Amino acid sequence: MIDPIIKVTGLTKIYNHTVLAVDHISFEVNRGEIFGLLGPNGAGKSTTIGMLNTLLKPTEGTAQIDGIDVVKEPSKVRRIIGVVPQEYTADEDLTGWENVMLIADFYGIPHDVSRQRARELLEMVGLLEASKRKVETYSGGMRRRLELAMGLINKPKVLFLDEPTLGLDVQTRTAIWEHIKKLKSQYNMTILVTTHYLEEADEFCDRIAIIDKGKIIKADTPENLKKSIGGDIITIQLATDGKEVDQVLKGIEGVFDIKNNGDGLLTLKVNDGGSVAPTIIKTFTQMNLNVARLTLARPTMDEVYMAYTGRNLREEQASSEETFAMRRTLRRARS
Amino acid sequence: MENERVNYGPLHGLWAVTNRELKKWYKEPFIFIISLVQPIIWIGLFGKAMNLGAIFSAGSLNIPGLNIPKQVIDGISQEVLKSTFGTTDYFSFLAVGMLSFIVLFSAMSSGMTIVWDRRLGFLNKMLTTPLPRGNVIMGKVLSSVIKALVQAVIVLLIAILLGLTFSAQLTIMSIVITFFALFLLAMGLSSLFIMLAIRSTRWETQMAIMNLLNLPLLFASNAFYPVKLMPSWLKPVVMINPLTYANNVARAMLIGVTPTASVAFSVIYLLGFAVIFSFIGIFLSWKYISS
Repeated sequence: MIDPIIKVTGLTKIYNHTVLAVDHISFEVNRGEIFGLLGPNGAGKSTTIGMLNTLLKPTEGTAQIDGIDVVKEPSKVRRIIGVVPQEYTADEDLTGWENVMLIADFYGIPHDVSRQRARELLEMVGLLEASKRKVETYSGGMRRRLELAMGLINKPKVLFLDEPTLGLDVQTRTAIWEHIKKLKSQYNMTILVTTHYLEEADEFCDRIAIIDKGKIIKADTPENLKKSIGGDIITIQLATDGKEVDQVLKGIEGVFDIKNNGDGLLTLKVNDGGSVAPTIIKTFTQMNLNVARLTLARPTMDEVYMAYTGRNLREEQASSEETFAMRRTLRRARS
Repeated sequence: MENERVNYGPLHGLWAVTNRELKKWYKEPFIFIISLVQPIIWIGLFGKAMNLGAIFSAGSLNIPGLNIPKQVIDGISQEVLKSTFGTTDYFSFLAVGMLSFIVLFSAMSSGMTIVWDRRLGFLNKMLTTPLPRGNVIMGKVLSSVIKALVQAVIVLLIAILLGLTFSAQLTIMSIVITFFALFLLAMGLSSLFIMLAIRSTRWETQMAIMNLLNLPLLFASNAFYPVKLMPSWLKPVVMINPLTYANNVARAMLIGVTPTASVAFSVIYLLGFAVIFSFIGIFLSWKYISS
């Protein structure tokens, strides 16, 4: 873990001399890592990705991808990255196959190589059969998988995924993530992903950076992030009213918050709930207290997000799905 | 990736961009046919329905009290037409003018594709690949030029069917020179209209620009009417308009009308127009195509 492929130092973007979208952020992404950028709309996620994939010029700061500076040598960076943007960018008037081959031509890949690779990729994302059809007949999930295949045609070292699962149903989202995971393990590809879906970030990212108002608030593994906001939650239902247990519980190491409402329901915040819970049961048994029920819950990313940004991402998730749906309608209105 | 034969030459991807646009066109026969209907209607309406030659030859022209023999009237009509249009055959005069017309209309819509590409994100997708920036624009120019020339060929064939009479001196070279002039015109006009669209995200703006420019460009040229009979304030505009020079070349080469500016000068003028505008187009695309 000492081999960062993406190095970002003091990266800043100010639009029109007034709007500060990204504010001196610095982070590193290690080779072969899935790195998630998590944050509300307008936090600067897409701007950050835009600067890294050479679409936007940083106002300040530097970024390197595999040792190549994105400002000084953008065309070299473009050769080793793949980009799957938030929008469906495939040309609707062409077939899936033609779209993949078109992007291959942009990368200057000779046709004998690109034909074989296009077949492999389309097979991998399960679109080989459909690839002879025009993209306008594809469903949302198929479109997203096609975008993925298009973003991979040059076997990129770093893949940028901007909201890869936005607006898709749960099964399709899982399928997309399966592909992403496969890529990571097969090609040791480094993946930088933005997402609104907390449970996805939690489950699939090796590390997550929480970004808000253009700044990285915290970057760590999902595990550590959850630990950092203060441990696990144990709820205990006692057979008795349990009014006398507070003092005892305070004596157990790892317990740091007790809520006892006097009818036998205890809610505890503890560090390392897995080892604290047995101790509690043992103590209670020695006191001849009957534990009717015990649950151990770990904090979710929702709570992590809430703790660091003071906001609830769920509501914003809904609003960006709405925006996305609107954009799709607009696209249809074209023809 | 390292040890692969990958072509990062300055022209790589140019044909891919070009062919993408062409595919959309030839794979949609409906759009293809629609794009041909307009010039055919114009040839029919202006060339046949408004045949200026018929003013004299319809037989009703006479002056009461004077019994002018028919030969005299015919003679006058021939001379009037000849001194006005350089030929006695207005239909042929107009049909050849339609070649630059179809090139103009074809080139004009090329700007639209870049507006849609920007709007739908395809442009950004292109810009994250190693595709050279200039090729994004040149591919579009090239596809527009090819479309324009194919349409010009079809218009010419239809005009022949409708009775276009070539000059007696017609050779293969005359046709080659004509299409070279049309090629240059298409190149310059496509670059111009793509340039105007390069920052635009609204197709309404692009439509407005097209509507603002199409008919003035057409009527302020010699497509329908000879320059020498135009009012003096209009003449300088007509003499700047590249359509005028394309018409000059086409008429001199195909139907033997003596041009107002020499064929050599007209071709050089068009060459300058094409080169300057495509260079500006490439330059602007490097500078302004990213948002």
